[in-house]
Amino acid sequence: MCGIAGLIHRGKSSNVGSELQGMLQALKHRGEDSTGYALYGDTDGKNFIMRFKVGENVGEGSSSIMEDISVYDERKKIVDQTLAEMGAKIVKEERTLAYSLRYEIDFETKDLLDFSQRIESIPGVEILSMGKSLEVIKDLGNAKMVCDRYSLDKLVGTHAIGHARMATESGVDIKSAHPFWGYPFSDVSVVHNGQLTNYWNNRRVLENKGMRFMSECDSELIAVYIAQKMREGASLEEGMKDSLSGLDGVFTYFVATKDSLGMAKDTMAAKPLVLYESDDLVAMGSEEIAIRSVLPHEIDTYDPFDGEVKVWQI
Amino acid sequence: MANIKTVDKKSKAQSMGMHTEVLTGRTQQKFFNPDEAENFYYFGTYDVDFNKRTDLDVMNMSAPEANKEIDNLMSQGYGTIVIKNPQGKHSLGVGILNKLNLIFEGSLGYFGMGSCDGPIVRINGRVGWSCAENLMAGKVVIEKNAGSCFGAAIRGGDLICKGSVGARTGIDMKGGTIIIGGDAGAFTGFMMQRGRIIILGDVGINLGDSMYDGTIFVGGEIGSYGSDAVDAELTSSDQDWLRRKLKVAEIGEDFDVSKMKKIVAGKKLWNYDNLEPTEKKGAI
Repeated sequence: MCGIAGLIHRGKSSNVGSELQGMLQALKHRGEDSTGYALYGDTDGKNFIMRFKVGENVGEGSSSIMEDISVYDERKKIVDQTLAEMGAKIVKEERTLAYSLRYEIDFETKDLLDFSQRIESIPGVEILSMGKSLEVIKDLGNAKMVCDRYSLDKLVGTHAIGHARMATESGVDIKSAHPFWGYPFSDVSVVHNGQLTNYWNNRRVLENKGMRFMSECDSELIAVYIAQKMREGASLEEGMKDSLSGLDGVFTYFVATKDSLGMAKDTMAAKPLVLYESDDLVAMGSEEIAIRSVLPHEIDTYDPFDGEVKVWQI
Repeated sequence: MANIKTVDKKSKAQSMGMHTEVLTGRTQQKFFNPDEAENFYYFGTYDVDFNKRTDLDVMNMSAPEANKEIDNLMSQGYGTIVIKNPQGKHSLGVGILNKLNLIFEGSLGYFGMGSCDGPIVRINGRVGWSCAENLMAGKVVIEKNAGSCFGAAIRGGDLICKGSVGARTGIDMKGGTIIIGGDAGAFTGFMMQRGRIIILGDVGINLGDSMYDGTIFVGGEIGSYGSDAVDAELTSSDQDWLRRKLKVAEIGEDFDVSKMKKIVAGKKLWNYDNLEPTEKKGAI
């Protein structure tokens, strides 16, 4: 059992970091092994924002192996060298935690595949997100703990999705935490509640097409599956509709791009989702109490039906 | 109330007014008769006065605290309780085995009104998953939409949603009536064993999948039929019953029931017990 939440403001920005924190914290009883945020902040759109990690959180409850902090420094150094070799200029650098970094990069490219492959060829390095608006922040603990650790409560933007995870299919670590970046697409992220039963079959097919998997978490498949469909020319909505038959199992998932937010529910409707929709805001979550944290007054909500796909624009 | 200690086990149900006819066949159904309401009594429940009314704001209460306070108010004789600010909390109003008018000014989360027997409830909002699960008797009306597993395993009573409901409505239901004013999702009536479901709108795929018994009436389009679910003839007595039920439920009174589809189980389970749940309860 995991919890997912998402919201999109239409035509305006808001304090989405704080709002999503409230929504995910309301769902913490659904799992607090790890919590992740995909936040779409207000930026000038000139530079890429790369969130990446050079190690794992090895705190209480983690299934990762402890490493010396000097290893993180060494990895960071190689990342910096590789970026320089590719002609990518680091405009701003933040090291929130020893293993977690945020770079703003001046870099011109339309295909992030080669870029990502070179960065992730460095052992122990994983790009959590890459985009001109998207920032994926995920770590062990509940929503408030992660929000406080990364100071997310002041982030202003248009939309966001997040995930409170109870680890069932893979370890308690950051690499298995949601959201997943829709590698190698700029500004695409995914969160999922459920279980996919044809994970390995699909993974083999997608790996043969050049897509990468960083974890053994079945949810990562959704991000890669949608990304591959978009790579083949499908729109986000088309890719999501295709996933209803291509992915087997029970699922409710959200996908976000730079300017849109979508949801899909499997044909068995086995996983919960409550949705609120108005002209200026869409908010949704595994339970109504998530929506109540941002809309405490009486509102009309509903459960999307089986096999339903919806996409909203900012 | 009948003194159940003085009657033998076989006729307890009759003595308590729960049973007025000889059951034959597989699909007989006993409906709650309001005139016999005083016969439904649990030891340890409270004698409440419907005219004694109070409000309860649960904004800053947890679900157990709120439920405990409802119990406390009933013990003081309050027969009408208005719950303010339920705020989508889970498990509110569960386990009420009492006559009670309960009104929620807002929405409930999961498992609202679960395992109840007797209260008349109106929810002026929506409900999450598994509303009124295991309802034995009484009436629960939801003014807006409901989540999945609406009325799971209910044994009796009327469960009414004026909006639309999610998947698996009436899953494993063993009696009672569920009425939906809008649409219903996939697997409606999944493994249904008795009782009736009325859906005025459309219904999703696998309707009545693996149903043992019971009847489903659909006013709109059907996504697909599940295993063992088949069409049956809509009789004039069905139509009379539907009109009556919709009127009592204050929903779709003008609905043309003559065009509704009737779906029943296509297979017989020969070892299936045809005792009504209410009768079983009386015999315990």
